[in-house]
Order: sequence, then C-alpha cells, then structure tokens
Amino acid sequence: MPSETSKPTTFVQKPKTFSELQEGIRSRRVKAADIARTYYERIERTNEQLNIYLSLTKDRALEQAARIDDAASKGDPLGPLSGIPVGVKDVLVVRGAPSTAGSKILKGYQPPYDATAVARLEAAGAVLLGKLNCDEFAMGSSNENSAYGPVRNPVDPERVPGGSSGGSAAAVAADLAVATLGTDTGGSIRQPASFCGVVGVLPTYGRVSRYGLIAFASSLDRVGPFAANVRDAATVLSVIAGPDASDATSSSASVADYAAESDKGAEGLRIGVPEEYFAEGLDPEVREQIEKGIAALENTGCTVKRVSLPNTRYAVPTYYLVATAEASANLARFDGVRYGHRSPSSATLSDMYSHSRDEGFGAEVKRRIMLGTYALSAGYYDAYYLKAQKVRRLLADEFLRAFADVDAIVTPTAPTPAFKLGEKTGDPLAMYLADIYTVTASLAGICGVTVPCGATKTGLPVGMQVLASHMNESTAFRVARAVEAAKV
Amino acid sequence: MTQNVKAADVERVAELAHLKLTPDEAGSMLHDLNAMLDYVAQLNELDTSSVAPLSQMSELEGASGRPALREDAVKPSLDRAEVMSQAPETDRAFFKVPKVIER
Repeated sequence: MPSETSKPTTFVQKPKTFSELQEGIRSRRVKAADIARTYYERIERTNEQLNIYLSLTKDRALEQAARIDDAASKGDPLGPLSGIPVGVKDVLVVRGAPSTAGSKILKGYQPPYDATAVARLEAAGAVLLGKLNCDEFAMGSSNENSAYGPVRNPVDPERVPGGSSGGSAAAVAADLAVATLGTDTGGSIRQPASFCGVVGVLPTYGRVSRYGLIAFASSLDRVGPFAANVRDAATVLSVIAGPDASDATSSSASVADYAAESDKGAEGLRIGVPEEYFAEGLDPEVREQIEKGIAALENTGCTVKRVSLPNTRYAVPTYYLVATAEASANLARFDGVRYGHRSPSSATLSDMYSHSRDEGFGAEVKRRIMLGTYALSAGYYDAYYLKAQKVRRLLADEFLRAFADVDAIVTPTAPTPAFKLGEKTGDPLAMYLADIYTVTASLAGICGVTVPCGATKTGLPVGMQVLASHMNESTAFRVARAVEAAKV
Repeated sequence: MTQNVKAADVERVAELAHLKLTPDEAGSMLHDLNAMLDYVAQLNELDTSSVAPLSQMSELEGASGRPALREDAVKPSLDRAEVMSQAPETDRAFFKVPKVIER
C-alpha cells in the first residue's frame, strides 16, 4: 500500500493499478485478504471526514478474499478482477447488506438478491468492501441530497464531490477502493468523476443490466464503472456488460475486451468539437484545459473538426421532464407496504401511503415526484411529457448525424470545477445546470468516458467528456487513453 | 415568473402522488413548480409537429441491438420468507396494511 504522504487539506491518493495488485496476488507476494484489511483500515481512518461509505460488507469481503488467496495458492486460474477492492453505489442492491439509495425511506432495508452488475464483479473475483453514499435515489448533482449527509471531495473537503454518484467518485480519488460502480441518469457518473479527478464510464443504454438497480428513470438509467485510469475502467466494463435475462432492455450486442481495445491508440480517429459546449457559462479555466486536451489529441494524430449540435440548449428542460415523469412512476413503489419506512400511526391505507412517503422522502425527491406527476397528469401530458419525448428524438437524431462525420465528440464534462458545499442548494435550477454538458448523451442513449484533463490553478480537477455512438465504447476508450497519456 | 400552477393544483398533484405536504412544503413547492414550468416552456420554441416521440432506446434504430429476451420458462423466484422479512407488517403469507375503507 502507498504510504500516507498527502497534504493535510487533501485526501487524494492514487490507487495501485489492477495489474500491480494482481501481479502481487498471483505471485503470492501479497494476499487478497491483507489488501482488503488495509483498505478497511484506511476507510476507518478517513470515512468520518469524507462520509464516502454508508455501510461495509466486511464478512463478505474477507470470505471472497480468502477464496482468491486459496485459488492463487493452488495455482487455479484467477478472474480479471481477482482481489481488487471495489465499492458500489448504494442504489445497487446487495443481498443481505443495507441498501438505502441514500434515502431515509429505505433505512434498514436488506434486499433478498444481488444486482447483476454486482454479481458479475464478484464472479470476476472483485472484493466488495461496501456501499457508497449518493444523492437520494440518485437525484442530485452534488451529493448534498443524501439523507445520510454529503460526501466531501477528497481534493478539497470544503467542496462537493459532484453527484449523484459522489461516493463512487470520491472513493477512487481517495483510494478507499480501486474501482467502483455508480449510475448515470443525466450525468451522475461523469460529473462526479470530473469533479474528483478520476475516470468514469457511461456505457451505451442497454450495455449493462439494470437488474437490481433501484430505478430512478428507467429509459435513462445506466450502471457504469469508475477507476483511477482508463484501462482499469475498461476492464470493469467488459466484466459487467452483456445481456441479462433479468433485464429486457439489456442488449445482446457482443461485448469487447475494452482494455485491449483501448491499447490500439487514437491515431487517425476523427474528433468532433461542438461549439455549443463552449458557449456562455463555461468556466475559462475549464475551457483552457479542454483546449489543451484537444491540441494533445491533434498531436497524437487525430483529425479535429467542428461539429454543430444546435438543439443542445433544449436538453436540460427535456431531461427534467422525462426524468421526473419516469421517477414519479418508479417511486410509487415506496408505499410502506413491502419494504422500507411505514408511518406508525395511520388509520387508513391512503393516509399510511402519504404519511410514509412524506416522512421518508427528502425535499428534492418530492420536488421531482411533484413535477413528474404534474407533467403526466390529465390535461398536461401532451404539453409537457409528450413534447419532451419529441424533443428527445430531435436531440438523438442530431447526435447520430454528427457521428456520420466523426468517430468521437469531445466536450468539457462539466461547466465548472467542483463547487463549494452549500453553494447551489438554495436554487434547484442552478443545480440542474451543473448537468448541462452531460444530459444530452443520456437522452440519446450514446456512450462516453470522462477522463482527467489537467486542473485549475488552484488544483481542482477538470474532466474531458469523450462521447461515441451507440455500442462504440471501444472508440471512446481509445480517445480517453490518448488524453490520459498526454498528461494535460 | 408566471403563475400557471395555483395552490389548489399543488394540493391536487400531491394527492395524486400520495404525498402529504406540510403548509411550508406546499408553499415552496408552488414556487419551485412555477419556476421549473417557466424554464421548460422554452421547448415550445421548437416545432415538433412532424416528430415522433422517443420514449425508449429500442425505438431508435441501431441504438442498442436486439433486446435480450429470456426463454418463457418457469424458474424459481425469490424466497418468500426472505422477502417478507423486509416488510413492515405481515402474517408471513401476506403483507398487512391499515383498513382500506373508513366507515
């Protein structure tokens, strides 16, 4: 394990790579069980300050680590994630472990099954350390909507880690896990990865099963990995991707060895730069870093050309109508009957529903349920929900046209670096605009990777978003590797 | 800010959503809903009269490949006792709830 050499104000620590850790386990110089214990000690030391883990799965982790060590000692073949300490966002269910989705309404809930993505991680040998903090039901851009308190950014604990997968991004940044899973509905993997200076992957819609993901907006929700480097994030995607009989929207498209794909280099690829992502509202230091990243891609042998996505400015309003409408339907299941909180003193079923929900949900969740219910209600459906679905098609078509001319599109991941805790909590609309560069890809179902692209003068990380067409993750990884290698 | 949503609408939508809002919550919800509806009104700048709605990715050609449909075969489901153990109130076979109709 690396020694603690970080400055007092930052908790940033670079994890070892998968290959470094696995070389040690295979050659039996290091035990997976010792690696897991070391991570638990680190979590114990720093979790109080950063609030990254909501619960730990220690018995499960140590049993898995013992299996890996046993296999290594017998010389049995080891899976691609053997002994790698991982954490998963608390919206993914794990059998017998608390799964709260960051909400009071699910406090104490212990699901009876494993999410497919989690089961696949463990089948590949990963050691699950615990469950990671997030915005309640993945609704938020700063992690300040968690019922269990905000996560702090390891780069600067006075700042937010981004959201909603804030714990997943912060865990990798602080080396409290080597890789993690998060979910992305409108930017919830990419924006926190950018704020914390790590790699985050938005797989194509349908690439990774949503079975066992506590649903927010089903036509948008995706499960994807975080890691400290592009190659390791690509390895995790290959493990969790692929069809699943338990999710009818999961795709049967063949899954590549994305780590090997990322080794192919970016030379000759055509990169599109959409001017709409560099307009008013973009922090000048973020712009400067992204322009350096684009120049680095040109030096690598990519062709850079302008592309136009003129409807981009309609993406945030479209997203908030589609996502809240779907959320209002999905969150109807929290009714105090089958699991979660039930209000203790209600005379009738109807009162029990509404009291349980009012006591269990936080302010942002209620706000979105209300907007979604309004947009779906009689007399307003055509004006709001149907309208948004039509604009959604315009936005998807616009991307598909752009990808006829370019292999990948690069943009800033977020308009600003990580902001301070409390800075945007009073104004929901200002908070929604933190997702301005990520929601369009969510609506279009395309894939992408966010990769660190330097930092501001005060050391706050900047992320570059690399987008590719449906099922074309390989291209996104190749471009992201080139940006990473350039050390912008 | 326009006032498309009135206090009575907030009450009606809260009822539809099974949320019992406190008077404070209802007040800030009125403000937030109006602000958000003002914001999304910009979608009306776009002529979508000849655009088909896109409600899920499978409707977009080539987007996510063939969906993976499982074989239509009976398989074991979750263990009943384990599922019921998570419910606030059961008789082990059924979920129990307060009475449905008041008399």
